[in-house]
Amino acid sequence: MTIQHRYDPHRKYEPRQPGTGGAKTSAMIASLAAEGYDSVSAPFGHALVDTARNDPRIVGLTADLAKYTDLHVFAEAFPDRFYQMGMAEQVMVSAAAGMAREGFVPFATTYAVFASRRAYDFIAMAIAEEYLPVKIVCALPGLTTGYGPSHQATEDLAIFRGLPNLTIVDPCDAIDVAEAVPAIIDHPGPVYMRLLRGKVPSVLRQHCPHYKFELGKAKLLRDGGDALVISSGFMTMRALDAAVQMEREGISVAVLHCPTIKPLDTDTILAEAGRGTRLVVTAENHTVIGGLGEAVAGTLLTHGVTPPFRMIGLPDRFLDAGALPTLHDRYGISTDAMIRQIRGWL
Amino acid sequence: MQHERSAAVLSNTSLARRAWDIRRKAVRMGKVQGQGYVGQALGVADVLAVSYFHALNHRPADPEWEGRDRFLLSIGHYAIALYAALIEAGILPEAELETYGADDSRLPMSGMAAYTPGMEITGGSLGQGLGIAVGMALGLRAKGNPAFVYNLMSDGELGEGSTWEAAMAAAHHRLGNLICIVDFNDQQADGKSTETLSAEPLPDKWAAFGWHVQRVDGNDLDALVAAFNTARNLEGDRPRAIVCDTVMCKGVPFLESREITHFVRVEADEWQKALSVLDETRPE
Ligand SMILES: Cc1ncc(C[n+]2csc(CCOP(=O)(O)OP(=O)(O)O)c2C)c(N)n1
Ligand SMILES: [Mg+2]
Repeated sequence: MTIQHRYDPHRKYEPRQPGTGGAKTSAMIASLAAEGYDSVSAPFGHALVDTARNDPRIVGLTADLAKYTDLHVFAEAFPDRFYQMGMAEQVMVSAAAGMAREGFVPFATTYAVFASRRAYDFIAMAIAEEYLPVKIVCALPGLTTGYGPSHQATEDLAIFRGLPNLTIVDPCDAIDVAEAVPAIIDHPGPVYMRLLRGKVPSVLRQHCPHYKFELGKAKLLRDGGDALVISSGFMTMRALDAAVQMEREGISVAVLHCPTIKPLDTDTILAEAGRGTRLVVTAENHTVIGGLGEAVAGTLLTHGVTPPFRMIGLPDRFLDAGALPTLHDRYGISTDAMIRQIRGWL
Repeated sequence: MQHERSAAVLSNTSLARRAWDIRRKAVRMGKVQGQGYVGQALGVADVLAVSYFHALNHRPADPEWEGRDRFLLSIGHYAIALYAALIEAGILPEAELETYGADDSRLPMSGMAAYTPGMEITGGSLGQGLGIAVGMALGLRAKGNPAFVYNLMSDGELGEGSTWEAAMAAAHHRLGNLICIVDFNDQQADGKSTETLSAEPLPDKWAAFGWHVQRVDGNDLDALVAAFNTARNLEGDRPRAIVCDTVMCKGVPFLESREITHFVRVEADEWQKALSVLDETRPE
């Protein structure tokens, strides 16, 4: 019996010159290149502490990733309301369900891969089926690490979108993250939120000073006549950057930011996509299977709204390890790659 | 099926020298990227030296040889340590060390089967190795192949329920061809393992699950050799656990004495310093 390996046993690597390409790394923690934006440190942790001051129901649980999900900020402020569950994602979400039954509002944190893949059944049955107010907040969503498939949550939205009762949030920046915290606490049911952690760029108000996060609402951040990008997560930052650059070439791109993936703001999406004959492009940090793109496509088709339509997202495969900028370009979710694609479609 | 001792096992190079070489290669890889799980690599180097240069049957030129003992790295983030051992064992060419963690390298920061000769499984999603090891041990037995399966796991992985499902399965199915090595460095991502989610009394747990268990100083080569011998030669069909208490950053005292965290920070100028410190303690 032989095992098929994907490595090439005859591949030879030239030793690299010292000092060249030193920044290229498949490290776990990588920051999102966000030139030209200010950044905020640990917006989730600080927003949770601010809200928890006046809401004693809030507790925090983690599966050995407090430091890596900014929950350490909460743990330091409220040590008695913080529960370290160890690297045991299944019991973490089960215990969160149990605490919710006793009247608490638990925030449970890990990486997106481990919530969606390992703890899924426990989230489905103990939390979602019972409509308990557990908030599952997960770092490293989509392709935000170059570490390889074990940490790249390229299908977390697809997994969770199929789960009834669950609200899904994919914030773009520090403002979205901070404002989503009180909003998801006000929501009575379970929530899955994708987390941007550490130093998080502040993007949306720089483009749109009056922007506010509202759960369940898509927001038009800029208008334009040639194409409409419907995006979530940091792909909205990419879309805005792309729109600014394309404007200089005389291409006018509108951006509709859709941070709530489920329930989808179908009214706004139908209204914007139905206006004129603009090319509609969805853009997501997620596989093109089962995420925002297919959700929008399904909405448009069922309502008979059929503009020219394209999807930007990750391919249906396990992705490479490598430096994050390399991978974003390789898989079409860098700003440049986005511009190339949209230009080609127009 | 043919069983043989590899050239590496039969060579006259001391295990102390092998462990030292593994440490040095791991630090060199860390230096290439300016980062890496080097604290873990320094801590587990003695375990890997005894594995690859005393215990394992393998053929460096043929990492997929059917008769090899399987060595599973459940802890993908320890890849830097295993790469060092694979290079030292002649399974990977030394020049590739310079590509560690770079785009398109065969040595990505997390260990994956598809990238690297000698890497049996894709680790990184922790708590999966022991279950796969159970299946490989079942498969080897079904094929009449007398090879052993080794699973190298961490103390953090003791928190995952899947570890204990696999432990129970291994004893139930009488997998005497399975050896599980636990690197107990008392560290996981948020802090000390004993304070994060304690697995103690750990030997009692393995024993209660039906395993033969030993607990040794994982930085004592003689103790490790004895424990591996016992695990391999034990009569009967109980699976075998070796809990190895290790010290992170072992062998580089200035790193050993700093505040130890999951991802030990090494400043840019300290990589060379660590190599120099090692060079002063080179064994024969
Ligand atoms: C299933 C799973 N949950 C969480 C993580 C994130 N993670 C990576 S390393 C780590 C610590 C695991 O403990 P251990 O291997 O003992 O850490 P070390 O000794 O290397 O500090 C965690 C929680 C993971 N890789 N897999
Ligand atoms: Mg450990």
